[in-house]
Amino acid sequence: VRRRIGIDVGGTNTDAVVIEEGIVKAWVKKPTTADVTTGITRALAALVEQAPAAREAQAVMIGTTHFTNAVVQRRDLGRVAAVRIGLPSGASLPPFVDWPEDLAALVRGEVVMLEGGHEFDGRPLVPFDSRGMREAARRIRAAGIRSVGIAAVFSPLNASCEEEAGAILQQECPDVAVTLSHRLGRIGLLERENAALLNACLVELARTTARAFTRALRASGIAAPLYLTQNDGTVMLAEVAEAYPVYSFASGPTNSMRGAAFLGKRDEALVIDVGGTTTDIGILRLGFPREANNVVEIGGVRTLFRMPDLLSLGLGGGTLITSAPPSLTIGPTSVGYRLTEQALVFGGDVLTVTDVAVAAGLIDLGDRRRVASLPAGLVAQALTRIRAMIEEGVDRMKTDAAEAPLIAVGGGAFLVPPRLAGVSEVLNVPHQAVANAVGAAIAQVSGEVDQIFQDLSRNEAIDRARRLAEDKAVEAGADRATISIVEVEDLPLAYLPGNSLRTRVRVVGEIA
Amino acid sequence: MRPVGADEIESLAIGAWILGTGGGGSPYLALLNMRQLYRKGVVCQLMDASELHDDDLVAVVSNMGAPLVGQERLTDPKTMALAVTMMEEYLGRKFHAVMSLEIGGGNSIQPFMAAAVLDLPVVDGDCMGRAFPEAQMTSFAIHDLRMYPLTLADVRDNAVVVARAASWKWMERISRKACVEVGSIASTCKAPRTGKEIKECAILGSTTKAIRIGRAVQAARRAHRDPIDAVLEVEAGIKIFSGKILDIARRTTEGFLRGTATIEGLDQFRGHTFKLAFQNEFAVGWLDDRPRVMTPDLICVLDTVSGDAIGTETLRYGQRMTVIALPAPPILLTPKGIEHVGPRAFGYDLDFRSVFA
Repeated sequence: VRRRIGIDVGGTNTDAVVIEEGIVKAWVKKPTTADVTTGITRALAALVEQAPAAREAQAVMIGTTHFTNAVVQRRDLGRVAAVRIGLPSGASLPPFVDWPEDLAALVRGEVVMLEGGHEFDGRPLVPFDSRGMREAARRIRAAGIRSVGIAAVFSPLNASCEEEAGAILQQECPDVAVTLSHRLGRIGLLERENAALLNACLVELARTTARAFTRALRASGIAAPLYLTQNDGTVMLAEVAEAYPVYSFASGPTNSMRGAAFLGKRDEALVIDVGGTTTDIGILRLGFPREANNVVEIGGVRTLFRMPDLLSLGLGGGTLITSAPPSLTIGPTSVGYRLTEQALVFGGDVLTVTDVAVAAGLIDLGDRRRVASLPAGLVAQALTRIRAMIEEGVDRMKTDAAEAPLIAVGGGAFLVPPRLAGVSEVLNVPHQAVANAVGAAIAQVSGEVDQIFQDLSRNEAIDRARRLAEDKAVEAGADRATISIVEVEDLPLAYLPGNSLRTRVRVVGEIA
Repeated sequence: MRPVGADEIESLAIGAWILGTGGGGSPYLALLNMRQLYRKGVVCQLMDASELHDDDLVAVVSNMGAPLVGQERLTDPKTMALAVTMMEEYLGRKFHAVMSLEIGGGNSIQPFMAAAVLDLPVVDGDCMGRAFPEAQMTSFAIHDLRMYPLTLADVRDNAVVVARAASWKWMERISRKACVEVGSIASTCKAPRTGKEIKECAILGSTTKAIRIGRAVQAARRAHRDPIDAVLEVEAGIKIFSGKILDIARRTTEGFLRGTATIEGLDQFRGHTFKLAFQNEFAVGWLDDRPRVMTPDLICVLDTVSGDAIGTETLRYGQRMTVIALPAPPILLTPKGIEHVGPRAFGYDLDFRSVFA
């Protein structure tokens, strides 16, 4: 029996599900704890109680916003060395140049700028200063820095400088963790470098967190390997994933979208995930979230790497409503996890979106008598406003004017009206409140190859890249028979010897 | 002559991006450079053209190349200054000031970067009054000023002097070729100008104008007022259309980003459709298939809520945007000006009619 456990650790709740042969067998929702692991242990205990067979799961997938929160809240971040390879260009804008001061002060250790890098057409900019790199590596060791982010000019087109620098670091200080920017980002040096530096300052936390998760599993009597879910909706074995914490930055919303695709049995649809504080709207293409191709800010740092394209609205079950007739304001403040103390229906004294929904009969929560006296006009006005927010958000995310289905998930899915402009149908799916954990449980393994092939035809190069990507996926734990291609991209490069073609292929497959 | 505050450089970046009329490149990296310089205590000086002597020499500077390359090979004040000192060596004369080639986009800030290194004042002006894609689309070309010599420097100490060129087109071809060779990004110092030429042929006051526009947007945002209304007020602009992007078609041809955006009207424009054609910058707009606004009137597209300028390369479906027109500098509206930068210069068979006429 194919059996998986999916866990999503959100800011408010830790959700867990067990799925057997594609059917949700049990699900639980437990409060997230400050240390994260206690919440996971409690969720697992409750899950095993409901479905004892969960102990025999073949794989456990965890999605967590822990690393994003660490950046946003400025805690548990390591000091890092930044190595920029690209002098003489870019000298006036060193690493960390556009970081918020408080965050840079916490993270910035050594800053090293060296000659090297490439041109847009693959020629070297200037020869790589490997001797300077060796000296820098010794300084980094002497400074006691344990994590290094390396970014070279045009490394997404030619990564040789970053790779050489990484190899020198491994020789001189074998214990440091090395993040190479080309593994994370695309064209845009500062944004790619920022992603590498964020990753570098989280590596230590990722390592201890992944190990704590594994211990929590073992303590719960589960022997299955642990996978961490990624921004793109796939999973990596925890011991691999711990080197790339930034790849899990948006895994929460991604898991919700993947879960929505699975529960709604749609590969092409809009997804709306209404939580306690925010609503995320995204688009499914071939069952995966559409990727953003613009700058994404995390904790005030501009980055550009593979992230789902999402629109976040300040609308959730806990969002505050302030009314001073005739005007009415929704959000953006939310009571968040204090909903069950502060909302009117729970005996509190602030008016939230949930109170309005209870008054309108959209859901039965808490004590509905406590909202019986809300003026009908106010309730209607609030619902009209919520509809307008959702309709505009949905319209902004669409790529064309055609109507599309919308899958509603998340604990606040009851706020989504059954009919919306521009939407062919609103799909309310079973287990919608734990769609994120479902998305984690069904996640597949991916393999990606992005390299330059020479003297091959386009088809031969893609074929070669596909086979390499498949091998990588199998290595990462995929069942070869289930592998399929999700992305192919190729780019001819001038000024390189022979007939050079840069080819990128990404495949996904089920966990073996 | 007056000192320019750090806050004014921030306003300049916002205003220049709006005056970029969809092109000119984002001023973000140039702004980061200025923040670094001001942190070190630099204060640039802005001078009125009237303070120039007729025989003073002014360096007209700009960054040249592919925006994508600029995202990796980051712009640097020293390289910008290098193109200027090279020109001084070639001429055997010293410059008295620097000025921007185009006030629209990132090139609005390049002269400040050079000025900071060279300790020279910046002339309040440029020679486009906005952004344009080609070298002959300047007030100097319209006035038939000499287009050579030109110096071009890259960060590796490669430097080229284009001593002579038979026409603006030739200057563009030769310098473009050199630029591609050094990696499609270079700092350039255009043909040197005398104080007299600046006073008679430049588009004066455009730096102050960009700062003023940026400041209006910032003040409106702070006061929770509509930033677009604020821009229209300070510049006597006209709101042309407001709506959301329904369709966007783009293609790259001959090094230009060309395309058309179709916008569906919202609010007061509900029921109407607007089509906007661009070639790096916004060139012509049609309201319900009738030409409504065209170059050289400035066609600026702003995010309806934030008032931020939207570049032609970042337009996308569903964006809420407002099209406004700002008056073009008078020199661009002369018959000779229309010949250089009117609709026909961009391949549209239309007689120019200003929305301000």
